[in-house]
Amino acid sequence: MRKTLWIVSMLIVASLVLAACGGAPASTGVEPVTVVETVIVEVPGETIITQPQGYGTILARVKERGKLVCGGRTDLLGFGYLDDNGNNVGFDTDLCRAVAAAVLGDPTAVEFVPLTAADRGPALQTGEVDLLSRNVTWNSKRDAEWGNFTVTMFYDGQTFIVGSDSGINTLKDMDGATVCVTTGTTTEKNLASAFADAGLTYEAVTFEDTASVYSAYDEGRCDVATSDASQLAAIRVGLQDPAAHKLLGFTISKEYLTPAVPAGDDQWFDLVKTVMWSLITAEEFGITSANVEEMKSSQNGDVRALLGVEGDWGYTQLGVDASALANAITAVGNYGEIYNRYFGADGVFVLDRGPNNLGINGGWLVAPAIK
Amino acid sequence: MIVKPNTQSPPDPPGPVAWLIKNLFSNWFNSLLTLISLSIIYFAAASVLSWVFTTADWRPVVGAPLLYLIGQYPRDQMWRPGLSLWLIMFLIGMSWGVWEKYVKAFAIFLAILLGIFAIVPLETATITLGVRAAFLINPVLIYLGYLIGKNKIVNGQHVITLWIFVSSLIVLVLLPGFEGIPFLPKVETTVWGGLLVTLLLAVGGIVLSFPIGVLLALGRRSSLPVVKIFSILFIEVIRGVPLITILFMFSIILALFLPAESRIDRVLRALIGMTVFSAAYMAENVRGGLQSIPPGQIEAARAIGLNNFQTMVLIVLPQALRAVIPSIVGQFISLFKDTTLVVIVGINDLLGIGKSILGSDPEFVRLQAEMYIFIALIFWVFSYFMSQASLKLEKTLGVGVR
Amino acid sequence: MAANIQAKEKIPVWRDERYLSAATQIISSIVVLGLLYWMAENFTEITQQRGISLSYKFLSEPAGFPISESTIPYDPTMSFGRAFLVGLVNTLNVSVIGIIFATVLGFIIGLARLSSNWLFNRLAVAYIEFHRNIPLLVLLFLWYFAVFNRLPSVKDSIVLPGPIYLNLRGLYLTWPRLTETGNIFLGLLIGGLVLAILAWNILIRIRERTGRETYYVPIAFGLLIIFPLIGWFAAGGNPIWLDVPVLEGFNYKNGMRLTPEFGAILVGLTTYTAAFIAEVIRGGIQAVQLGQTEAARAVGLRKTHVLRLIVIPQAMRIIIPPLISQYLNLTKNSSLALAIGYQDLFAIGKVTINQAGRAVPVFIMVMVTYLMLSLITSFILNIYNRRIQFVER
Repeated sequence: MRKTLWIVSMLIVASLVLAACGGAPASTGVEPVTVVETVIVEVPGETIITQPQGYGTILARVKERGKLVCGGRTDLLGFGYLDDNGNNVGFDTDLCRAVAAAVLGDPTAVEFVPLTAADRGPALQTGEVDLLSRNVTWNSKRDAEWGNFTVTMFYDGQTFIVGSDSGINTLKDMDGATVCVTTGTTTEKNLASAFADAGLTYEAVTFEDTASVYSAYDEGRCDVATSDASQLAAIRVGLQDPAAHKLLGFTISKEYLTPAVPAGDDQWFDLVKTVMWSLITAEEFGITSANVEEMKSSQNGDVRALLGVEGDWGYTQLGVDASALANAITAVGNYGEIYNRYFGADGVFVLDRGPNNLGINGGWLVAPAIK
Repeated sequence: MIVKPNTQSPPDPPGPVAWLIKNLFSNWFNSLLTLISLSIIYFAAASVLSWVFTTADWRPVVGAPLLYLIGQYPRDQMWRPGLSLWLIMFLIGMSWGVWEKYVKAFAIFLAILLGIFAIVPLETATITLGVRAAFLINPVLIYLGYLIGKNKIVNGQHVITLWIFVSSLIVLVLLPGFEGIPFLPKVETTVWGGLLVTLLLAVGGIVLSFPIGVLLALGRRSSLPVVKIFSILFIEVIRGVPLITILFMFSIILALFLPAESRIDRVLRALIGMTVFSAAYMAENVRGGLQSIPPGQIEAARAIGLNNFQTMVLIVLPQALRAVIPSIVGQFISLFKDTTLVVIVGINDLLGIGKSILGSDPEFVRLQAEMYIFIALIFWVFSYFMSQASLKLEKTLGVGVR
Repeated sequence: MAANIQAKEKIPVWRDERYLSAATQIISSIVVLGLLYWMAENFTEITQQRGISLSYKFLSEPAGFPISESTIPYDPTMSFGRAFLVGLVNTLNVSVIGIIFATVLGFIIGLARLSSNWLFNRLAVAYIEFHRNIPLLVLLFLWYFAVFNRLPSVKDSIVLPGPIYLNLRGLYLTWPRLTETGNIFLGLLIGGLVLAILAWNILIRIRERTGRETYYVPIAFGLLIIFPLIGWFAAGGNPIWLDVPVLEGFNYKNGMRLTPEFGAILVGLTTYTAAFIAEVIRGGIQAVQLGQTEAARAVGLRKTHVLRLIVIPQAMRIIIPPLISQYLNLTKNSSLALAIGYQDLFAIGKVTINQAGRAVPVFIMVMVTYLMLSLITSFILNIYNRRIQFVER
C-alpha cells in the first residue's frame, strides 16, 4: 500500500521532470508563460518576423546548424530508400547530398526528414525543410502554393503496367478496367482526367503507399496499375513473373520531378539551382567524382570556372566557397554518375535514359553556362 | 449453450478419458462443439503452417534485423542503443528478482530471445561478430540483475528509482546526445526508428500523459466551473475523434499555430499527439478511481483538519491511483499498439521501417504478408506479457473483487 | 460562530480556500485563453504571410480524383463537397454494418468463453488473445494482403449457391431489386408492417385492460398479409427481380458487389472489436452470475429461464456502457481504412488536403464530423442505456 503510493508519487515527479526537460513544446502547461514573453518581445521586430525566409536566411540557418534539412522518403526504390545499414540512398537523396557538399563541404551533413505525400507541401511551406527532394512533380499550382521549384532533374511521365497477354495497348483498350493507383498524388488526378477526356470509364483502387499498389496489382486485384514510368519499370522487376507484364508505350502526363526550396529566399533558390546545373554541366564536360582535382587544371576555361579555380560563378553573391560546386561533384559525381548508380547497368534497376539524357545527346537536360 | 463461470478450475478428474468425456463430450451439443473446434483448429493450423514453411519468403524480415530494432540510428554510434539495451536488460533482471510473479516469464523470454538472436546464423553483413557478442551479454545481465534482486540487495523502491533514472538518462542523454560533445554527438530523432521509436512513443506517451490525465480528472470533478468546463471539453473532444486525426493535426497543422520560426521535431510532434490523446483516456481512468473512493474518506480527512488540497493529495489520490493501476496498464497496452498509426504521418516506427524495407528491393513488394506477420508477432509478444502481468496485478491488488 | 470567524482571520490569504479557488479559476482561464490567443495570433500571421487560404469555397470546385466505391453517385467531375459526403457515407456504411456483425460475433465468442466445453473455451480464449494483442492497423494489412488479395482470380471464382461469386475483385451476390413499379409494393409492405405492429400493441393493451378477447393475432397477421398483397397487384405482378451477376469482359457485372477493400475493413473491424465485445459480455454475465443464478435455480426456474430472465437482463445493465464505448471505438477505428484502400471520411479528407491544398478547413471538417458521429452515437445509446437501467430497476 505504502509502496504503491511511493511508486505513484515517484511516477508523478518523474513525469513532471520529463515534461520539463523534454523541451518546452512537450509541456503544454509550461508554455503559456514563455508565450506571453515571446509575443511582447517580438512585436517591435515586425519586419523580421513577417519575413522569416528573407534573402540569405536559409543559408545562414543551414550554416549555423551545420546541417542541411532535406525532405525525402525512405520507401521508394531508386529514388529514396534505405540500404541494409539504414543509410538513406537514392537519386533524390544524392541531390540533397550534393547541396550539402556544396554548402557545408560535407555530403553527410544532411538530416533527412521522411515525408509522406500529404505533408511534403506543408513541410516546404512552413520552412521545416530547407530542400524538398522527394520525387515531387513540378506544376504551376504547387509552384505558386508550396515554394520555388529549382531544376527538373528527372523527366518522367505517367504510364500503365499491364499483363503482356491482356491485349491492352492503348488507353481505349482500358475501358471499364480496374486501375490500381496511389492516392493523394498528381497520379490520381492525371488518371481521372485522361479517362474522362477519352470518355472512358474505370474503377480505381487507391492506396496510401506505392508498395501496396504494386502488391495488389501483382496479385491481380487490378487489370492495370498506373504510376510514373520509372517506378513501374522498377516494380516490374519484382513481380512474380516480370515477363508477363509490360509497360505501355505512351504517357498521360508530364511528371517533371524537381527539387524545391521554400519561397522567399532568392539566394537559396539560386544556390540550389546552380548546384543542380553544375551536376548536369559536369557531365557535359566529362568531370566526374574521380577527376575533379585533375580537371581543375583543364584547358577549358568553363571547366575551371565551374570548379572555382578562376572567375566567379556567383559564389560571392551566393555566400559559399569557390569550390562549392567542385565539392558537390566530388561528393556525388556528375548527373550521369548519379543516374547510373541507381538506374544504370549496376543500379537497383535498369532504366533507359531517354529524356534524361543531356541536351547535347538528344535528351532534355540542359543547364545555362556556369561562369 | 451451457454457461458456467470459468474462474475456478475443476477438481482433477480421475483419468484422461474421464477428463475428455467431462470436458469435451458430456452431451451431444458439447460433442458437436468439440468437433467444430477441432476442424477450425485443423484448417487454421494446416493452412498457416504450410504457408509459413513452404510459400513464405522471410528475406524482408531476416535481411536487416538492426533496422527493425533501431531504424536508421547511425551505425558508428551503435554502442549507444546497445548500452541502453544492456541497462534495460539489467533492470528487467532486477525487476524479475524483485517482482518475480509479474516479470519472470517476460524476463526469461527476453533472455532466450536475445541469446538466440546472438547466435542464430542470419545471412546479413550488418550483424558482425561484435554485435553478436554484445547481444550475448544481455542474457547474462538479465541473470545478474535477477540475482541482485533475488538476494534483496535492492528492493522495489530502488528498482523503481533506477528505472526512472535510467530511462530518463537513455531518452534524454544517451540516445539524443548533445551538440558539440565529441563522444556523444547529437543524433537527430529523424533517424531514430523501429522498435526504439515504438517503445519511446508508447512509454513516453503514457508517462507524460499521467500528470496531465490526473490534473484533467481532478479538473473534471472540480467545483470550479471554469476548470471543469475546460477539462470536460478537452476530454470529450479528444475522445470523440480518432487518434489518427490527432496525430495528423500535430504533424501537419500544429506548425501553423506556433511561431513561424519554431521547428518541432517530428518524433516529438507524434509524441505530443500520443500524449494528448492518452491524457484524455487517462483522465477518464483516473476519474473512475476517484469515484470509487467513498465520501466517508473525504469527510474523515476534513474532520481531522486537512484542507481540500491535502485531502486530495494525501487521502484521495493515493487510493484512487492504486485502484486504477490495472486500467493504466491496459491503457498502456492499447497505446503501445496505437503507436503503429504514426506510420501514416511518416514516422519510421516498427511498421514504418517494415514498409521502408519493402521499398528497398523490388522483390520484396509481394512479400507484404511476411513483414506484417513478423510485426504482428512482435506486438503480440510484448502485449501478451504485459496483459498477463496486468491480470496478476489486478488479482493482487484485489481490484474488481469487492 | 465567533471561533469560526477567528479561525478564518488567522488563515493567510494564500491558504484561504476561497481565494485559492478564485485564483485557480482565474489563472487557469488566463493560461488556456492565453494559449488559444497566442495560437490564433501565430495562425493569422502565418496564414497571411504564406497565403494559406481558409475559405470553404473550394468545396464547390470539381474534386478531380476518383473514389473506388460509393453508395451515392459520384464521379471525379463532382465537387469536393460531394466527395466528402461520399467519404462520410462510406464511414457510416462500414461502421453500422461493422457494429451489427461485431455485436453478434462478440456475443458468440463471449458465450464460448464461458462454455464448459474445454476446447471451445480455449479456442475463444485464443481468439481473444490474438486480437487484443496485435495492433488493428497490422491486422487490417494482414486481412487485406494475406487474405483478400489471395482470393482466386476472376476466372477461377469461387461459386456459391445463389449464385454468389467470390474472387479477388470482390464478392458478387445475387440481389433482389425492385422493378419500376416496385416502390408501390415496398410502400404498402412497410405500411402493412407498421399497421400490424400498431394493431398488435393497441389490441393487446385493450385486452389487458378490459379482459375481452381482441383477436390481435389474426388481425395483425391479416394486415401484414393483405397490404403487401394489394401492393403486389397494384405493382402489376412480381415487383422484385433478381439481379444476377454475370461475367462480362474483365469482371463480373450486375448483382450486388462488395469490394475486397470494404470486405477487409469490415472483417478486420468486426473481428477485432468482437474480441473486445466478447470480454465485455463475459464480464457482464460473470458479474451477475454466482448468487443470482443459484437463487433463481432455488426458486425453481429452469436453466434456460435463468439465463433469459435473470442473467441477461441484469448483465445488460453492466454490458451496455462498455459496449457503447466499443461501438464508438469501432467507428473511430474505421479511419484506418485508408491504409487498405477503402475510402472513408478520413481518407477522402486526406486526399482533399492534398488535391485542394486546404489543410485547415478540411481538417476542421473531418474532426467535427467524427466528433458529431461520436456524440450522436453515444447520445442515442445513452438514451437506450437509461431506459434499460430504469425499466429493470
